[in-house]
Amino acid sequence: MASSLADVAAQLSAPGKGLLASDESTATIGKRLEKAGLPNTEEIRRAYRELYYTTPGMGQYISGVIMFKETLYQSTKAGRPFVEVLAEQGILAGIKVDEGLEPLAGAADGETHTKGLEGLEANCHEYVRAGAKFAKWRATLKVTDTLPSALAVERNADELAQYAKICQNCGLVPVVEPEILIDGSHSQERFGQVTEQVIGATVAALWRHGVELEGCLLKPQMVIPGADAEGGKASAADVARCTVAALRRVVPPAIPGIMFLSGGQTEEEATINLNAVNREAQAVGRCAWALSFSFGRALQASVLKLWSTDQTRVAEAQQLALALARVNSEAALGRYSASSGSHPSTLGAATLHETFRGWNGQPAGNGTAAQ
Amino acid sequence: MQAKMQAPRSAVSGRAAARSRVSTTKVVCRALNSMESPYAEELKKTAAYISQKGKGILASDESNATTGKRLESVGVENTEDNRRAWRELLYTAPGLGQYISGAIMFEETLYQKARDGRQFVDILLAQGIYPGIKVDTGLQILPGGKGETTTQGLDGLADRCKAYRKQGARFAKWRAVVKIGEAGCPSTTAVLENAHGLARYAQICQENGLVPIVEPEVTLGPGDYSIEETAFWSERVYSHVMRLLNEYGVVLEGILLKPNMCLPGLDAPVAPPKLVAEVTTRTMMRSIPPAVPGIHFLSGGMSEEESTLNLQALNEACPDAPWALTFSYGRALQSSTLKTWAGKQENWDAAQSILLKLAKANSEASTGSFKGPHPVPGGGRILQALRTGGAGK
Repeated sequence: MASSLADVAAQLSAPGKGLLASDESTATIGKRLEKAGLPNTEEIRRAYRELYYTTPGMGQYISGVIMFKETLYQSTKAGRPFVEVLAEQGILAGIKVDEGLEPLAGAADGETHTKGLEGLEANCHEYVRAGAKFAKWRATLKVTDTLPSALAVERNADELAQYAKICQNCGLVPVVEPEILIDGSHSQERFGQVTEQVIGATVAALWRHGVELEGCLLKPQMVIPGADAEGGKASAADVARCTVAALRRVVPPAIPGIMFLSGGQTEEEATINLNAVNREAQAVGRCAWALSFSFGRALQASVLKLWSTDQTRVAEAQQLALALARVNSEAALGRYSASSGSHPSTLGAATLHETFRGWNGQPAGNGTAAQ
Repeated sequence: MQAKMQAPRSAVSGRAAARSRVSTTKVVCRALNSMESPYAEELKKTAAYISQKGKGILASDESNATTGKRLESVGVENTEDNRRAWRELLYTAPGLGQYISGAIMFEETLYQKARDGRQFVDILLAQGIYPGIKVDTGLQILPGGKGETTTQGLDGLADRCKAYRKQGARFAKWRAVVKIGEAGCPSTTAVLENAHGLARYAQICQENGLVPIVEPEVTLGPGDYSIEETAFWSERVYSHVMRLLNEYGVVLEGILLKPNMCLPGLDAPVAPPKLVAEVTTRTMMRSIPPAVPGIHFLSGGMSEEESTLNLQALNEACPDAPWALTFSYGRALQSSTLKTWAGKQENWDAAQSILLKLAKANSEASTGSFKGPHPVPGGGRILQALRTGGAGK
């Protein structure tokens, strides 16, 4: 029975559920594996993802998993396709469809746009055949006192909307990700302004291209200060207030879910902030969209650390993966209780900030374009 | 829960008081282009008050020419005193403030008094009703030969806003009209021009202490176009308007929206309330961010009963709407009231009684609790021709 785009989007953004973003490109996951002392081979990548996808009970907290192309076609050790194993848990398969960042001609140094529109339609048909139900495309915007430039904002917004329209035409729910990068020393206030500007432009582009809003999800960053901002990190209360205020101004209620990225926040911060955002939304009232997660690092970092020490510790690693998923599910309902020591993260205050998430000057097309 | 009305006070004292309460570590969440309007907090409170649950707006801002046509239709001469008397009837209806949170006035009316010498603005405030003021100066035909219009009134608007605020107005209204149902309508020019006018007007109002009611009316007109076509164009128009409001730094928590409900063309069968509600709700959900506190639908030709039943259906369809779904009705509150009065003193109380019944019915509809019967059932559409030529006389 065919589900409509709106049905799928509603399922992905169901109360208390979120997305596991495990769509790191070969290059990006390679950097993380190597940092953990593991070789970047296809088998290691396969075994690593299998860990999460076969965690019993994951489907209680995770509604969808975003995969990289290689992973969509991989199987468990026993030979069962990942897509099937996930479906058994009621977890939908998603696919990253963009092809990475490249410098934006005419814009400022470090500003990018995202490749992948050419051939997207054909790729989408293929992914649908492979069992994917949703897709994701990541644009990045760099923040300074004067950036992002109007060109970067408009170009990225327009490309996101084109991607979204093509996906919907092929039967995939698009996750629209305009990531405003944490890199930099900008204040939280500046970040809030840029958020309104970028998300506003993105929504306007979705309108222009006739994207069905009920069948699409947004994946933004929470409103936080830059990684090198004076005054350090913001309180969860400030993050919540600024994030909810900004989104209420620019996101129409027809979009069923706002699935935050964790992008550099620690595992614990991401949970606490998500929880605060939901509490704030409940207090303010009248916020119609789900406020949930699409976390990569914040659901994986501790797990990778454990598993990399000994790949036979699968049960332990899965328990940790489930625990991380559970606390974020609670946070997505505003029910996470942050009494000290209760967060399953084993990394403490160690930052998950990586410096290669934006453009790092690498030439395009050789597989090292940062994703 | 009743929102509280702000006692009119100067913006300066408000700002100084606010500054002493703010902790130095608190982060300010100010939009990218937002103006440093000293009135920002007051505007938000005023907008919240007007859009509070169970209340709506009485649109009594007809120009002298339009008012004249109405008065003449019941045999009353179009004189300043008759216009004054008619508005006195409306504003002194006892207990009107239970259902009405704002009354939009034409410029002449803002400065008028009741027979006993009290200013209309004071009478309204005593009823718990904020005075509002129509600030646009009318429609002008756009080139292109399709009868499309733009709205005038930006020139000198800042000074007029200051004067109106001084007189007691706390919100304003500007009506943009977009025509559909004919080949080529609406043109891109019409959409952009009207969206720009609304956004500039809103910006100027906020800068000068008035909550702008933003009215992009996709007008109910001749033709058999479908309700879906109305919805399509309404989404297009509203999204342009919202986009420009954000670009121009208008604080959305301090505006009110006055859109049309989605209806099929006049020559198509009348749509039942449930369908109107479903399509209109979907259109609003797609176009209007939650920061806007209130959506006050215009009645625009719907009969008094239709206006109430459609509003009731909207609130049934969307009980947890992010914004208030309420009314800013002119004809739908006044038509039978005027007919009952017909200029005769002996009909004064009966006319006020009809107004109160109509206001109550719509107040109930705005909370999804209207059960009927309607005080004026079975009425037909109350249509009026589009007046162009501008200059707001």
